[in-house]
Amino acid sequence: MGTATETFYSVIRRQGITRRSFHKFCSLTATSLGLGPLAASRIANALETKPRVPVIWMHGLECTCCSESFIRSAHPLVKDAVLSMISLDYDDTIMAAAGHQAEAILEETRAKHKGQYILAVEGNPPLNEGGMFCIDGGKPFVEKLKMMAEDAMAIIAWGACASWGCVQAAKPNPTQATPIDKVITGKPIIKVPGCPPIAEVMTGVVTFITTFGKLPELDRQGRPKMFYSQRIHDKCYRRPHFDAGQFVEEWDDEAARKGYCLYKMGCKGPTTYNACSTVRWNGGVSFPIQSGHGCIGCSEDGFWDKGSFYDRLTNIKQFGIEKNADQIGMAAAGAVGAAVAAHAAVTAVKRLATKREDADHNS
Amino acid sequence: MMDAIAPGSEAGPNLSAIAADASGERAVGRPTVYVYEAPVRICHWVNAFAIIVLMVTGYFIGTPLPTVAGEASDNFVMGYIRFAHFAAGQVLAVFFLTRILWAFVGNHHSRQIFYIPLHRKQFWKEVLHEIRWYAFLEREPKMYVGHNPLAQTAMFTGFTLFVAFMIVTGFALYSEGAGIDSWQHKLFGWVFGIWPNSQDVHTWHHLGMWALVAFVMVHIYAAIREDIMSRQSIISSMVSGERQFRD
Repeated sequence: MGTATETFYSVIRRQGITRRSFHKFCSLTATSLGLGPLAASRIANALETKPRVPVIWMHGLECTCCSESFIRSAHPLVKDAVLSMISLDYDDTIMAAAGHQAEAILEETRAKHKGQYILAVEGNPPLNEGGMFCIDGGKPFVEKLKMMAEDAMAIIAWGACASWGCVQAAKPNPTQATPIDKVITGKPIIKVPGCPPIAEVMTGVVTFITTFGKLPELDRQGRPKMFYSQRIHDKCYRRPHFDAGQFVEEWDDEAARKGYCLYKMGCKGPTTYNACSTVRWNGGVSFPIQSGHGCIGCSEDGFWDKGSFYDRLTNIKQFGIEKNADQIGMAAAGAVGAAVAAHAAVTAVKRLATKREDADHNS
Repeated sequence: MMDAIAPGSEAGPNLSAIAADASGERAVGRPTVYVYEAPVRICHWVNAFAIIVLMVTGYFIGTPLPTVAGEASDNFVMGYIRFAHFAAGQVLAVFFLTRILWAFVGNHHSRQIFYIPLHRKQFWKEVLHEIRWYAFLEREPKMYVGHNPLAQTAMFTGFTLFVAFMIVTGFALYSEGAGIDSWQHKLFGWVFGIWPNSQDVHTWHHLGMWALVAFVMVHIYAAIREDIMSRQSIISSMVSGERQFRD
């Protein structure tokens, strides 16, 4: 799938793209990454001079929704990302090669681009029973992952699976599906969570790495700050209704028709870090809240195990009960109140009795 | 540091101090000790008020009021509730901090709610005595200038620890809106290292509120009860600062 020594610029010129279009692409990418006007020329310069970055894309325990999202990227178009910007040397889902021919590429990339290729992982390895719940090329996926991670420059953990575990790691997690950062240590890991992540976020991360030859700035949890530093809630177009105190109380009520805030319907926008409310989906057409449904928090750790998507207060499942903080708190406060009242009653009775006793004693 | 006073002991306040006026009528002179200095009392009442505001507004942030009608731009219900919550939270934080600082310069009673002398055998003996007193197994309570050992334990856990937890998780949650460049995030962002999904931080913050509700109920009940039943003033002490002994 192409050698890694060519530059992005030479590849697209060969494909008949004009220099003018190339610069348009650079400015657009700079804008979507939130970079300043000077960055466009730096991107252009980098793409003209730097060799394309080899990328190995692997699939563990997953549903391929990350790939499905990725191939729908509009800015940049995925064809630009895959065919021009990066040298996608291996992706068992979309590559032409198969079988031993395909597997040979892994060894080749590892030897030829030691410490220079990006390992993009979609899905995660299940560790139970020696990893036999995900066999890839006759070997447990975890072995393949560890082998390729060893010589990688950095690892991109695509989606909620690779970043957090996702539904296959839901309690009781029989296959012991484990996020990448718990299996691979000592390599920089970029988490790009979401189920799936937004297409433009994925290609944006790839563009950044290929352009600047370094990883984007990451937040405390290893996510690129440029896309994950704000909550859905912070940039939600329904936010004015939240501040005003205007909520959808029930599905299909008048407030729902008026497009009020979905907070009471369990929208996880206030606790979810992602770019949905700014970048949106399908080329900026819409995103869940715009379609009238609350955010389910799919880019957050453990979103699959946090009870109903439609509850405001999270259910707590300790001690075999399933109640939210208010129900537990009110029960506890009620018990304390009853205890206080009982104690006060006993105190009063006791005090009366003692007084009478004293009076008897004194007389 | 243990302020237990054995009834009639020499070290205690002079319990037999009795004065007589000119006409020979005798008045009972009640021995008093200055316990709670002004900053302690001010912090107490400001914190009490802030906590009440925080509980009410916090509850309505979790369970908002019914939808208001009209234009979004004409209303700011949730905005005002959240503003009150954040304002009261910062007042609480400032006065909690002041209270900690005062523990360094104030009298030894001002330090009582910040530690439990776990290693002292005598302390546990007296805790047991207090538990027996509350279980109606002791006829006479002991006298204390400051908090009794059980009260000290309750104040340390129920107030100092719980409120510290609420302040830390509160600022962490506030930093979500203030942004990752904010000082709140720099100081308290580590909370999200413990709970990566802030949904869990919300739940814990919410449970913390109910723990404080339980504490407040016990605190007020114990204060009223001891004011009546014990051998010293309690409620008026937090106003005047003076503890009166009345045996």
